[in-house]
Amino acid sequence: MSSWYWWMILGMAVVTYIPRAIPLTFLEGRELPEPVQNVLRNIPYAVLGALIFPAVFFIQENIWFGVIGAFAAFGIAITGANVMIVVLGSIALLAIVSGLL
Amino acid sequence: MNGREFSDGVKAGTSIAVGYFPIALTFGLLAKTTGLSLLEATAMSIFVFAGASQYIALSLITGGVAPVIIVLNTFVVNIRHFLMTASLNEKMEPDDKWKKALYAFGITDETFSVLATQKNHKITTPFAIGVILVAYASWVVFTSVGHLIGANLPQFLQAAMSIALYAMFIGLLVPSMRGNRKVMSLALIAGAINSLFYFTEWLSTGWAIMVSTLASAIFIEWISRKGVKAS
Repeated sequence: MSSWYWWMILGMAVVTYIPRAIPLTFLEGRELPEPVQNVLRNIPYAVLGALIFPAVFFIQENIWFGVIGAFAAFGIAITGANVMIVVLGSIALLAIVSGLL
Repeated sequence: MNGREFSDGVKAGTSIAVGYFPIALTFGLLAKTTGLSLLEATAMSIFVFAGASQYIALSLITGGVAPVIIVLNTFVVNIRHFLMTASLNEKMEPDDKWKKALYAFGITDETFSVLATQKNHKITTPFAIGVILVAYASWVVFTSVGHLIGANLPQFLQAAMSIALYAMFIGLLVPSMRGNRKVMSLALIAGAINSLFYFTEWLSTGWAIMVSTLASAIFIEWISRKGVKAS
């Protein structure tokens, strides 16, 4: 691959870094209005919802794969298990399921 | 640097490292089939460190799309991190600007989720660096490993591993959701709006996630304000 590839990487690196860095460096020490602070506190849970749905159902062409995986993860998580157990447990279950299919 | 905080961060970041393993591995595999060298594939993971945009870049390279468009696309996909880091700033302990500028590089969907859902009141810089270092190491190393091993991993295992990141998101969300209707509504409404965008294809993935997150966060804030006034 030629030199354009490295320019592209540089460009990708810059546009990825900017939205990550500006709020952390420029907002430091500035009080935001209370409603804005509240909205920002809501964001972690909202973004998790958007990251999970609907993408979790389409991890494989067979939609059941994602459905079973999502329910497995949910089931393990609701028992209060550690995140690592949730991840490894649902991988193990899907490995068994795809072995059976 | 506070060693205790740092090692707690490494521990918290390990679940991300596990989640990244299959995705980075697959990225390495795909990069190889796209025609990138080991060095080029690994360099992209080292300098960009953004899963979704790297995958999209590969498919755009295959499609012969101009590099400038690939960069623009990366920007649109990653603009959601602006929201995340603005939100995270509320939770982080104040520290030197250069330190924050340094760990800002490592804020991804996953490191953000782990940091933002920590129960402690303020998150220290060493903790954040611990989380980010272990995640980043996994991402970079397994990109190379994926490129090197080719498609030698059994197919059923590759398929099963595609659940990893979502399982992690679920594992982070569920404990905060239990007995908390606000958290549950925030996640469900955002997921519902994002599904709407997904099926109608009105917005590309990056924008869809950003708009649904904001809409849900603002809506719930608006509802709870009204509730306070009414009572």
